[in-house]
Amino acid sequence: MLAQTAFSLSSVDIHAILPEIIITVALMAVLVVDLFLPDRAKSANGIISMAGVGGAAIALMSLVNGGTRKTFGGMFVLDNYAMLFKFLFIAVAAILIFMSVTYLNEVVRNIQGEFYFLLLTSLLGMLVMPSARDLIALFIALETVTVPGFIIAGFKKSDNSSNEAAVKFFLFGVLSSAVMLFGMALIYGVTKSTNLYEIARVLSSKVYPMPIHHAESIIAAAILLILVGFGFKVSAVPFHFWAPDTYEGSPVPVAAFLSVASKAAGFAGLISIMFVAFGSYTSVWAPGFAVIAALTMTIGNVIALQQKNIVRLLAYSSIAQAGYMLLPLAVVANKSAAIQKEAFAAALTYILIYSFMQLGAFAVVIAVGRKHPRNLIEDYEGLAFREPGLAFAMLFFLLSLAGMIPTAGFWAKFFVFRSVIGAGTLWLAALMVANTLIGLYYYLSVGARMYLREPRDRARIAVPYALVMAIILMVVIVAAVTVYPDFFNHFSPRSTLVAF
Amino acid sequence: MTFDEWLLSLVVFLPLVGAGVITAIPKAQAALIRLIALAASGAALVFGVVALVRFDFHHSRTFQFGVNTRWIDSIGARYHMGVDGIALPLVVLTVALTFLCVVYSQKLMPKPQDKVKGYFALILLLETGMVGTFTSLDLVLFFVFWEMVLVPMYFIIAIWGSERKEYSATKFFLYTLFGSVFMLLGFLAMYFRSVDPVTGGHTFDMIRLQGQHFGGVGFQNLVFLGLFLGFAIKVPMWPFHTWLPDAHGDAPTVGSVLLAGILLKMGAYGFIRIALPLLPHAAKDWAPYIGGLAVISILYGALCCLAQTDIKRLIAFSSVGHMGFVMLGISTLTDRGINAAIFGMVAHGVITGMLFFLAGSLYERYHTRVIDDIGPGVLQKLPRVGAIFVFVAIASLGLPGLAGFWGEVLALLSAFNPAPGLSSSLFRSYMVLGGIGTILTAGYMLWLIQRLTLGVVRDKWANDPAIDDVRPAEVWAWSPLLVGILALGIYPRAIFDITNGAVTGLARLFT
Repeated sequence: MLAQTAFSLSSVDIHAILPEIIITVALMAVLVVDLFLPDRAKSANGIISMAGVGGAAIALMSLVNGGTRKTFGGMFVLDNYAMLFKFLFIAVAAILIFMSVTYLNEVVRNIQGEFYFLLLTSLLGMLVMPSARDLIALFIALETVTVPGFIIAGFKKSDNSSNEAAVKFFLFGVLSSAVMLFGMALIYGVTKSTNLYEIARVLSSKVYPMPIHHAESIIAAAILLILVGFGFKVSAVPFHFWAPDTYEGSPVPVAAFLSVASKAAGFAGLISIMFVAFGSYTSVWAPGFAVIAALTMTIGNVIALQQKNIVRLLAYSSIAQAGYMLLPLAVVANKSAAIQKEAFAAALTYILIYSFMQLGAFAVVIAVGRKHPRNLIEDYEGLAFREPGLAFAMLFFLLSLAGMIPTAGFWAKFFVFRSVIGAGTLWLAALMVANTLIGLYYYLSVGARMYLREPRDRARIAVPYALVMAIILMVVIVAAVTVYPDFFNHFSPRSTLVAF
Repeated sequence: MTFDEWLLSLVVFLPLVGAGVITAIPKAQAALIRLIALAASGAALVFGVVALVRFDFHHSRTFQFGVNTRWIDSIGARYHMGVDGIALPLVVLTVALTFLCVVYSQKLMPKPQDKVKGYFALILLLETGMVGTFTSLDLVLFFVFWEMVLVPMYFIIAIWGSERKEYSATKFFLYTLFGSVFMLLGFLAMYFRSVDPVTGGHTFDMIRLQGQHFGGVGFQNLVFLGLFLGFAIKVPMWPFHTWLPDAHGDAPTVGSVLLAGILLKMGAYGFIRIALPLLPHAAKDWAPYIGGLAVISILYGALCCLAQTDIKRLIAFSSVGHMGFVMLGISTLTDRGINAAIFGMVAHGVITGMLFFLAGSLYERYHTRVIDDIGPGVLQKLPRVGAIFVFVAIASLGLPGLAGFWGEVLALLSAFNPAPGLSSSLFRSYMVLGGIGTILTAGYMLWLIQRLTLGVVRDKWANDPAIDDVRPAEVWAWSPLLVGILALGIYPRAIFDITNGAVTGLARLFT
């Protein structure tokens, strides 16, 4: 009940929300300091942002092994699950800042302060997302993640396609929010609660606070509406139309941000609401996910085959990748606790591994884009002979995204595949295999172009220092997972969101 | 850990370390790169020989130099390696052949020759994958190494190949990948139906998976189908062989040598190491079909050889036939047949590897692969290369006293008396058909020798000074193989003494 969730300030666990507080302070600082910075010194905002992210990381580390903390009357929970995602988001944000420092300084020089402000705001939403165990908190977190995205997608103000990117993203985003909100309202209507655990209790006991007709159909409809809403956020087919245009039009670091951070945040919310609140309704949402996952993998991959622009290719491939992430959620209907637990861990591991390989690929795209701003795939021809290091990193990320053995991406797919087979959903496993082969074809054909064609342009590409660092870091992470797959998988099973 | 526990890891990963070092060296230091490749593959060879020397031949059934440590806890996959009498000959063959390939490439690198770095790094990476496949005792580990060979071989064909190199490389890649997906499916199916005798959970351990019931013969047969697809494409057996002529034909010399010499063996090894011992019931149900496909491969390979005009494609099709004998031996499920199969694999690796070296050398000199364009008269123009070619071609057709003989004749003999429960009339007809295959093999090989080496040399080649006889790099790379062909022919026990103990243990499952 709402009344029960009332709280007083003194009861707030400040330590638990310290990372969020630090980010808030940093983003305020950026907003204020930016006013007094001359145009040529705007990149100082990046340093403030980096300091904020670093501070948040330290604050988060101080919370490790501190047990589960609840505050704001149970709206905000800090458990292993939340911790895992928060670390991911902080790492991704730090890498993104590294990747975009030079880009911003060159492309959007005088308004980069706003960029950092919006990026940090979005990060704030992300940090809240996996902790939010309340419909309202979830909704606020999701909007905090998304709304800054609308603006930074249109950051190249004089570029029509960037404007289009922003408008499309905005319209779809607002629509999906409305749909989701409708679903949430229905749930509240039936259960008289916005707390996820309370909702779960009511739904599984089937004792509703007030008599209601067709309660189960209403709940099923509400779950599907919420599913649709999140479907937009994670760009699952058929709610994916905004993604390719938005990725292509946005500044490339923003595309990286949308396809990694924003997507992972969507998954963080999606997984917690489905498993925590609707755990007793797996027979409703799992088949829904099965259909969406099947469509998402297949359509994402098939359209990716035809792309000529590397950013669009990565956009469609990231849609397909979202399909693989959804797969484990599709097989849990009425399954044993062991299978649910494994599916849960597989989805989490996939998201973690995906984030780094996709970020890596985008880092290389940013680097190559300095010389070839149109980001065509043909610009990559013969890259191996111009920039062997960049080409090697790109090949590594592409092979990993493709799930080529024994790269990190293979292990991600392996875990998902194993959970799908273990649950006995063979048709999805077969479809996943077929899709992996399609994916392999287009990822590898970019790789082949880099290594087998002669370069048209032999000019070297000057890659800024910070970007090189980011790429090396990503290669190291992906290589580490390649050799020792439990690197991430070690965390995921421990991140017990629910006691299966 | 003791030295014995480190030994296999050294053989497997020294080439990988070498590849890593090479990528760190500037491109301009071509000589240094060649030297490091030589050192890394040489070190792997040395440790491979050490394994051969320290191997306890009286216990060739047991896995030696075993190492078994934690790797991926969350899925129960372990870093488990070891070799028995079945794996050891193939491990030694791999390190030896790769080393010779590196020796050969010191002077004779395919075009484009400016990409020294990638070339040697890829060969070493390939070596790690190949040796790892033969030493893994965990299904996941096996799968990783099995797939690890794909990317390097793809690039070796696609960059340094000839003619339709990209097409061939892609075909090779997709075919193998297609098969291995089914193989992985089979592995996972076994995993989920297995009970680890120690922990009570599931297991990927090949040794612990032996003797498991997997819940029903029907299920075992289905799993066997998955494994069959993966292995049969790699062997390759008719009708899954169509990638082979393209890949072999267009690969550079060293790529063809390693493809024919080692990669094909991975498929047959998979049958012996995984499919047979883990799924003995299914193996028995499937054996007649495998035998049938093997015989078709023998005859089909030989007939295709008769129709080839391209020397490399001819040798490629002859591999289909020779691997048919190997698979026929395996399908009898007898100790004699499987011994013959392993012998046949080693012999084929040495002989066909050598044939591809020769074909590569001819291409290098004549810039064509068309038999009737190079020939006639190679013996006249290049007496030494011609003589070696005749020698190796005769070994390939299975002349007694040379390496090619034992594998084929014992495979045919074993088909006379297949394992109990298999129809002996069926396998005896396989034997007869296989016998016809040997005649056809002799036919196309002799015809090849005649067309290529005998007769009077063409005018356009007669006075070409660029066509020179055996070069030093070729002497170094080839002589061990030539000695091997002769030695294995005269003293076949060199292999059988290693394999027999392990093979009889395996064959006991089918009696």
